[in-house]
Amino acid sequence: MHKQITMEQAVDMVKDGMTIMVGGFLGCGNPHRIIDKLVEKGVKDLTLICNDTSFPEFGVGKMVVNKQFKKIMASHVGTNPETGRQMNEKETEVILIPQGTLAEQVRAGGAGLGGILTPTGVGTVVEEGKQKIELDGIEYLLERPLKADIAIIAAQTADKFGNLVYFGATRNFNHLMATAAEIVIAEVEEIVEVGELDPNHVVTPGIFVTHLVNGGAN
Amino acid sequence: MDKNMIKEFIAKRVAKMLKDGDVVNLGIGMPTLVANYLPEGANIFLQSENGFIGVGPAPEQGNENMNIVNAGGQCVTILPGGVFFDSATSFSIIRGGHVDMTVLGALQVDEKGNLANWMIPGKMVPGMGGAMDLVTGAKKVTIAMEHTAKGAHKILKQCTLPLTAAHQVDYIVTEMGFMEVTKEGIVLREINPEFTVEEVQAATEATLIIPEDMVQMEV
Repeated sequence: MHKQITMEQAVDMVKDGMTIMVGGFLGCGNPHRIIDKLVEKGVKDLTLICNDTSFPEFGVGKMVVNKQFKKIMASHVGTNPETGRQMNEKETEVILIPQGTLAEQVRAGGAGLGGILTPTGVGTVVEEGKQKIELDGIEYLLERPLKADIAIIAAQTADKFGNLVYFGATRNFNHLMATAAEIVIAEVEEIVEVGELDPNHVVTPGIFVTHLVNGGAN
Repeated sequence: MDKNMIKEFIAKRVAKMLKDGDVVNLGIGMPTLVANYLPEGANIFLQSENGFIGVGPAPEQGNENMNIVNAGGQCVTILPGGVFFDSATSFSIIRGGHVDMTVLGALQVDEKGNLANWMIPGKMVPGMGGAMDLVTGAKKVTIAMEHTAKGAHKILKQCTLPLTAAHQVDYIVTEMGFMEVTKEGIVLREINPEFTVEEVQAATEATLIIPEDMVQMEV
């Protein structure tokens, strides 16, 4: 069980053309250190699955500015004008997904479900091209699960097994994305010995986390 | 009323709708101001879709924590009894009908209760964020906005912009009045005494229903 890797090893796992999930919400809970290194490395043609594209100078938004995505799946891109520019000039494909649907798609991907039924988006452009299913008089959209080649997530503390504890509002998509990718790299502020975390307080079980990077204190 | 007075007036009227024990999600912008006027002595649980209940006021300068932010990315605090959770739990609360009221702004709202507030094709496409889930799942949907956009109608017979959700809006609160969306149409329940019924109707494309028991809007 040697989950801890160096920042360089982590960044080397992200290859051109991969589908990558990035935890965080407007940068809060983004794995900032890994992102900075991915910007330096310049890995490209990625498909991003993330709640949003943050701000141009903050978190995953920097990778948008660096033109590293060919496709972006997110619920909100309005805080990063560069995403809007790339979308309008058709440089990057942007698929906008209601936030609750995105969360459930990721959860479904990690939970072995074939999809989820949600009333969100019925009667809007979101329903275009999707199967509608009526149950007990209510219309639902069938939304398919999402999975990724790699997820980069952030947490406050991990033990060496990869069990994760979060701080504040950083949990958001991080916990969900840990379940839905082949490779899951958690950037944490501190790595402690096994047994030091209270099992009652662990949010993400370490079995989901394949690699740990010590990003140091934020 | 100037812009700030209008916002304060609307926020105060929305705040009067809230009851002890309500779980409430406030949208970005003017709806956020509602938090400043919550009824005294009532426990109102403010939910933030990025993952917590118990949103408190902005921290004092120097005490900001970048990991405790609201859904607009602004630093906030968490009140005693508050709790953090992940996005699936957050939207279980929202979509599952556990939010008593959501308060949002609008680009357009119509007499069928349709709402458009997430994009202007070719101009502004920020994404819907959590708005579609909130409007679909909250028990009551209240639109808090200026009555017109610099004179252009926003309360319409039929929305022309892409919808956020169909048939979900319950109340519309503006500087001119307090309106309820019913099957018959939009009912002007309360009117700001600074305006006449004719003035409110002129500022509204949809035909307002004026009930006999219409009262003055007070905050």
